[in-house]
Amino acid sequence: MSITPRIQVAGVATRAVPRVAWPVPRTRRLVSGRPLLRGLSLAVFLIGWHLATTYQLDFYVRFQNIPTPARVVSDALTLFASRAFWIHIGASLERIYLGFAIATALGVGLGLLIGWFRVAEDLLFPPIELLRPIPAVAWVPIAIMLWPTERSSIVFITGLGAFFPIVLNTIHGVEGIDRGLVRAAMSLGAGRASIFREVVIPGALPNIVTGLSVGMGVSWICLISAEMISGQYGVGYFTWVAYGIVKYSSIIVGMLTIGVLGMISSTLIRLAGAWLMPWRPRSAKEEA
Amino acid sequence: MIDGAKTGRIDLEDVRIAFGGNGHTVEAVQRFSLTTRPGEFVALLGPSGCGKSTVLNAVAGFVRPLEGQVLVDGEPVARPGADRGMVFQQHSLFPWKTVVENVEFGLKMRGVGRTERNSAARTYLHLVGLGGFENAYPAQLSGGMQQRVGIARVLVNRPRVMLMDEPFAALDAQTRLTMQELLLAVWQEVRTTVLFVTHDIDEALFLSDRVAVMTARPGRLRDVVDVPLPRPRAPEITTAPEFMRLKAHVFAQVREEALR
Repeated sequence: MSITPRIQVAGVATRAVPRVAWPVPRTRRLVSGRPLLRGLSLAVFLIGWHLATTYQLDFYVRFQNIPTPARVVSDALTLFASRAFWIHIGASLERIYLGFAIATALGVGLGLLIGWFRVAEDLLFPPIELLRPIPAVAWVPIAIMLWPTERSSIVFITGLGAFFPIVLNTIHGVEGIDRGLVRAAMSLGAGRASIFREVVIPGALPNIVTGLSVGMGVSWICLISAEMISGQYGVGYFTWVAYGIVKYSSIIVGMLTIGVLGMISSTLIRLAGAWLMPWRPRSAKEEA
Repeated sequence: MIDGAKTGRIDLEDVRIAFGGNGHTVEAVQRFSLTTRPGEFVALLGPSGCGKSTVLNAVAGFVRPLEGQVLVDGEPVARPGADRGMVFQQHSLFPWKTVVENVEFGLKMRGVGRTERNSAARTYLHLVGLGGFENAYPAQLSGGMQQRVGIARVLVNRPRVMLMDEPFAALDAQTRLTMQELLLAVWQEVRTTVLFVTHDIDEALFLSDRVAVMTARPGRLRDVVDVPLPRPRAPEITTAPEFMRLKAHVFAQVREEALR
């Protein structure tokens, strides 16, 4: 082809690099000293806790009844060896993942429709806007009346908490889609359905994932609150009951369990996000 | 498939385009008439805000004229379509698609099978010098490379007309020159009508068969300048006396409009 020499002018044909890699983030290379610092920070926290509880510090904040780290650890070992504790964990996980899955399906589905179609916005958005400012926990009495079982009412509260951030972020994502991309798709022959599938959905994805991770956090808050108010199982119920039966070390175990489960949940969302969006560059924090 | 030598005639007849409503309209383009021959390279040149992109958008089908007609090969333009692909100033590649998926997009929309569209996309990527970058994402490419993908993405559809809206304006000066050369080389291979919007006189003269100079807003056609420079053109041509003469002629007109 007569074109070959000219294209080499452009300099790319001569390059032998077949794949472009993201720049290696600098933090990866400097990582050596950081686990030490982090471990130190954690150790200081644990020592502070140990001292405050062992010497029963009392300076307005009272540590008399707070268990020592050693008590908490030994209690945790007993609890994790018992079947009962795992039933609580299982109950909480089932509620949150069921509620969250339903909230994701509804929130993303409605958000895409409301964001893209004016008719859907007019028909569906007003009730969402009206109910949005009500914290999900305020729904507990109504939820108990609405739903036949305790399980379904807690799933409802959990899902409700996740629904609003998911739907709002999805709408926001759709509305923020670059007009240029829609035009590009049209000038390449895309019809309405194709634009929705090929441009609107992937274009909103970064915001959808943000909505999911905010929603997951809210879900946990709702779940634990609901379980503390009206439950017979679940980590929230367990923690509240431990207070009632004066088993203070179990309160801490319950709290830490909630923390760890919440952390695992948000990590799963982050991994799902990275898997769904391989095109996204690393965060600026890692680049800097 | 469309034969670039016979199709790609654009007729703009007394086109008037205005924006806004409720008594507050802005006249963008008025009484604009221009005809291109099939396979011709025409630049639309004018000061910023003169409505040259609006003319391009009317041919693309993104905006509709209030008066007058826009015809491509005799058919009125009713909506955007792959026969009038556009290369944008901001590359407008789909960030979530790899380079090859971006180029395949038009064929996918037409229902071409996976294997066939993949091999067609690869052919056009080679044509623009991006063989080996098929699986990169747009954000991993330089500005010039992104625009090459944009060109391949349009040409793979064998359009009657390729519309280019200041495609090199955001690139650095060196890359811009390289891209102009590349565009001419590709255009020799895949002959299609090109309507190229720019405010850069050198760029317009170097690339085009004719340069349509527009007035300040509301945009009208001020003059159409023939560029009888021989092809293929090398960058050295921009220092030739004939080029300088044309440049002086066009410059005087553009300057007058810019000062209005």
